[in-house]
Amino acid sequence: MTSSMPGFAPDSEPHSVSSIMRQVLYALVPGIALYVWFFGFGIVINCLLATSVALVSEGIMLRLRKRPVTPFLTDGSAVVTAVLLALAMPPYAPWWVTSIAAIFAIVIAKHLYGGLGYNPFNPAMAGYALVLISFPAEMTTWPLPHMLSEMRPGFIDSAMIIFADQPTGALKLDALTGATPLAHVKSELGNMRMVSEAVGAPIFGMLGGKGWEWLSLGYLLGGVWLLYKKIIKWQIPVSMLAGLFIMAVVFYLSDPEIYLSPVFHLFSGATMLGAFFIATDPVTAATTPLGRIIFGAGIGILTYVIRAWAAYPDGLAFAVLLMNAAAPTIDHYTQPRILGEGRQ
Amino acid sequence: MSEYALILASTVVVNNLVLDRLLGVCPFYAVSRKVETAIGMSSATLFMLTLSSAASYLLFTYLLVPLGLEYLRIILFILVVAVVAGFTRWTVEGVSPVMYHLLGIFLPLAAVNCAVLGVALLNLQQPHGFTQSAFYGFGAGLGFSVVLIFFSSLRERLAVADVPTPFQGASIALVTLGLMSMAFMGFAGLVKA
Repeated sequence: MTSSMPGFAPDSEPHSVSSIMRQVLYALVPGIALYVWFFGFGIVINCLLATSVALVSEGIMLRLRKRPVTPFLTDGSAVVTAVLLALAMPPYAPWWVTSIAAIFAIVIAKHLYGGLGYNPFNPAMAGYALVLISFPAEMTTWPLPHMLSEMRPGFIDSAMIIFADQPTGALKLDALTGATPLAHVKSELGNMRMVSEAVGAPIFGMLGGKGWEWLSLGYLLGGVWLLYKKIIKWQIPVSMLAGLFIMAVVFYLSDPEIYLSPVFHLFSGATMLGAFFIATDPVTAATTPLGRIIFGAGIGILTYVIRAWAAYPDGLAFAVLLMNAAAPTIDHYTQPRILGEGRQ
Repeated sequence: MSEYALILASTVVVNNLVLDRLLGVCPFYAVSRKVETAIGMSSATLFMLTLSSAASYLLFTYLLVPLGLEYLRIILFILVVAVVAGFTRWTVEGVSPVMYHLLGIFLPLAAVNCAVLGVALLNLQQPHGFTQSAFYGFGAGLGFSVVLIFFSSLRERLAVADVPTPFQGASIALVTLGLMSMAFMGFAGLVKA
């Protein structure tokens, strides 16, 4: 849920935009807490940075479009977009990469389409995809949890890394960062090694990557709570996870030395964050019940296709954007017939 | 078999005619206002691309190469495209008047489409035989069609969106095309060139 629903005015009703956005943020708390535990304070700084840039961009765009600034600015939709964007970015990405992504998300992907409720593409994923394509070096430098546990950068050090590109004192950024588990497996396979050799590296844990598996469980917990509170509907998360899982099972059984295990796919990268928080954005997803199942399954399958065979180690952002483009067509063909319509 | 699957994957998603090669953007924009016209244009382009890609391959290999006249290929292909468009029109008119009515105005549009000439020329850069050439045209047409239908549904939704005045119309349509193009960049590396 990054934006908001068409036809919903920002007010204080129980299911108003601001209350939904607030509950989405609450649901992200376990994931963010685990993120800080495993990867240090970078994510907190990134969330604050992305949120302030997003709010300033939102304010400027609302002013330019001559819309009321305060009600839209306080509806929380820009904050949710910014936090999801920050969670998708590497936690120690330079400040200007995060800022460009946040500005692109709010200005191009949201306000050029009329803002709140009209954007066809998920703003957070559009911003993320833009910087991933444009700044691949900055976007593939991820902290290694097993290195961080030895020398964890504090709040000041994290800020120094993000804003000045260098930690203080004995910390060396190069020593702390490396490839994500998904990227590591991809490059090892590219060097003709087997999956069983690749997952022996210290970045791997029980279910997925070390640290990443716990993050995924945190997002899963928040997502289940959102389902319980009826903020999101079950079709998209279930069909997305099922699509990814079934693809992974089929190819894993065909050759477990080339394809990663299905459990690994579920608990690494942005799978859980995407399934419950990103793909479920009601504005950019398909809206009919059958349409939502097709939409979710499409994201799961495309994520697998990009992870397994294309150049990017995690394809979730692209899969979401691709299915965003397909969503109006899916709606068009899954609309329930009105009585008498379509007969000749 | 896998060779044909690779041609399809490459032409439909990785090197998509509109989103990656940026060919045929003008008819793409012109006919995407409604889903129905988009479907008509899609079928016409699909048909034309398959035929003209195969026909231009045959003429190039069996006429221009033996005569040493490869440099005439652009002029010849323009002719091929026009003839194929006319031929398609007559055939469809004879076989199915309903289809003709559906495709009618789109066939001449497809005939003057840079994408059709572009695919015929791009095909020659690949080590393709006759069937592969037809498949290449078919895949390019399929990629064009899928994106055109998605785009037309998106544009129907954009028509009711509260788009800021300076961005209404062509601007927001091209911004959307750019975002779609960005999404398709996720397929980079899917087919090793």
